[in-house]
Amino acid sequence: MATDPHLFTDRQPETSEDDSERDLHTAHQVLNMGPSHPATHGTVKFLIELDGETIVGLDIQVGYLHRGFEKECESGTWYQAIPYTDRLNYNSAILANIGYCMAVEKLLQIETPVRCQWLRTLAGELSRIADHLTRCGAACLELAAMTPFLYGIEARELTWDLLESLCGARVTSNYVRIGGVKHDMPPDVPGVARESVAKIRGLLRDFDDVITSNRIFVDRLKGTGVISREDCLRYAVTGPILRSTGEPLDVRKTEPYLVYDEIDFDVPIGEVGDNYDRYLVCVEEMHQSLRIVEQCLAHLEKLGPGPVNVLDPRVRWPAKGRVFNRMEELIQQFKSVTEGPRVPAGEGYFAIESANGELGFYLVSDGSAVPYKVRCRPPSFINVAPIPGMLKGSLLADLIPTFDFVNMIGGECDR
Amino acid sequence: MDDCGSPVLRRLLEALPDAVEETHARLGDATARVGRSRIVEVLQLLRDDPELEFEMLTDLTAVDYLGEEPRFEVVYHLYSVAKNHRVRIKARVAEDAPEIESAVALWPSANWMEREVWDLYGIHFRNHPDLRRILLYEQFDGHPLRKDYPKEKRQPLVGPRN
Repeated sequence: MATDPHLFTDRQPETSEDDSERDLHTAHQVLNMGPSHPATHGTVKFLIELDGETIVGLDIQVGYLHRGFEKECESGTWYQAIPYTDRLNYNSAILANIGYCMAVEKLLQIETPVRCQWLRTLAGELSRIADHLTRCGAACLELAAMTPFLYGIEARELTWDLLESLCGARVTSNYVRIGGVKHDMPPDVPGVARESVAKIRGLLRDFDDVITSNRIFVDRLKGTGVISREDCLRYAVTGPILRSTGEPLDVRKTEPYLVYDEIDFDVPIGEVGDNYDRYLVCVEEMHQSLRIVEQCLAHLEKLGPGPVNVLDPRVRWPAKGRVFNRMEELIQQFKSVTEGPRVPAGEGYFAIESANGELGFYLVSDGSAVPYKVRCRPPSFINVAPIPGMLKGSLLADLIPTFDFVNMIGGECDR
Repeated sequence: MDDCGSPVLRRLLEALPDAVEETHARLGDATARVGRSRIVEVLQLLRDDPELEFEMLTDLTAVDYLGEEPRFEVVYHLYSVAKNHRVRIKARVAEDAPEIESAVALWPSANWMEREVWDLYGIHFRNHPDLRRILLYEQFDGHPLRKDYPKEKRQPLVGPRN
């Protein structure tokens, strides 16, 4: 565009030769971004050292959402920690429920009934879809594309409606129990779920049409936030970030838990490990999760009604009818509620594939009804650590999509 | 010392028999407790040995066994992508000298996790490049995950308006 000559009347005439020889004084600028910034979803602070618009140094300060998850868990019963795990990654609460409960089950050495395992898988995959939809939708929003965000949120509503009919809550679901799940699914769930799966597929198609080959979106994602496979491994980065570099590591495949070894699904991988590959990996993972949901529904219908909780008096509360009429069950109910289950002394680590990567729980029990140590291996926290290296030398604007696709969730990162 | 049927522990005992103090494989988790002064040597072997190839330091945390001597235990969880196996390495750290060599030189993932252990347990990691608090703020007094830190304890608010 041609400049209006009248606009800059005060401007000095074009520099002479000796002026252009003179070295301009420049200094690095330190920019504070966050803790309350629309693009930090949650609270995290970036201290960015800038040379013009280029990032030369980056310090990420986390911890604003620290609320003493481990300390709280160490003061209640094993059961009382489950609602806290909901609040780790609040986009996919059920996955954290599953991880924690399966770690406790490992210490107790109990095996849950088949129907419970399929229900957990179903609920977990719905959560994974919700998490990926939030990640991709919010990323579009922060890159100034409102429409795909709305498609994503509409699809997320469908998954949350399903979770609501499954367990009565939309976000912090508190669905999984030690040795089972809260209750079986209502009879109308498979029908509604099939309709929702079809609708979500349609919305994902719309999402794809509107954004995947959008020039602005592609330009801002391709070649930004690049990380190599080796760096991912050195930084213990897992999940879609690692898979976007071409490493097909997925705990559901390498160490199958629940019923993942009976399910047919693929692990999508990327090539170069940039934000665009991460986006494509997440979108394909949603399609794979929809496939898993369909298989779970079919299998649950084939299985027919059955127990969803393990018949182990250590963790299972007795049936209400018996509690009201029999002395032993009344005593057992009283002890289960006031004391909670006792877990044999020992230590165990159990990992599941959450939406962000390997979510592990390292539990130590001293044999009492109160956990001695509950360590959550938070993928969000560990995946954030390499960001300064991923962004060194790139433009300030690249920080937004990179941070979006790393998908740090404050509740899980800061615990 | 028993290798508990784990090929990882067998290789570790073969290469550094005097560093290992205790092994077990309860619940299927191969575990070795090693001497505190040998920790980097052990971790380096686990990372570089072609039979072991632990490329990832998946998790690093600590446990406070208040009343036992030595009081703290630093726990490392390693995972090998190439071999698809895991191992847990532990080292005891005494209360009067709560420090251990840092693993940042081996895996940069140790950086933030060691900062977290320093923050919450007060275990010092020697030769860590940047050992600052990470989840709590600089003015915080004490290390809250120690068992003798009361859960109800309140700390003064800090910030520009306090």
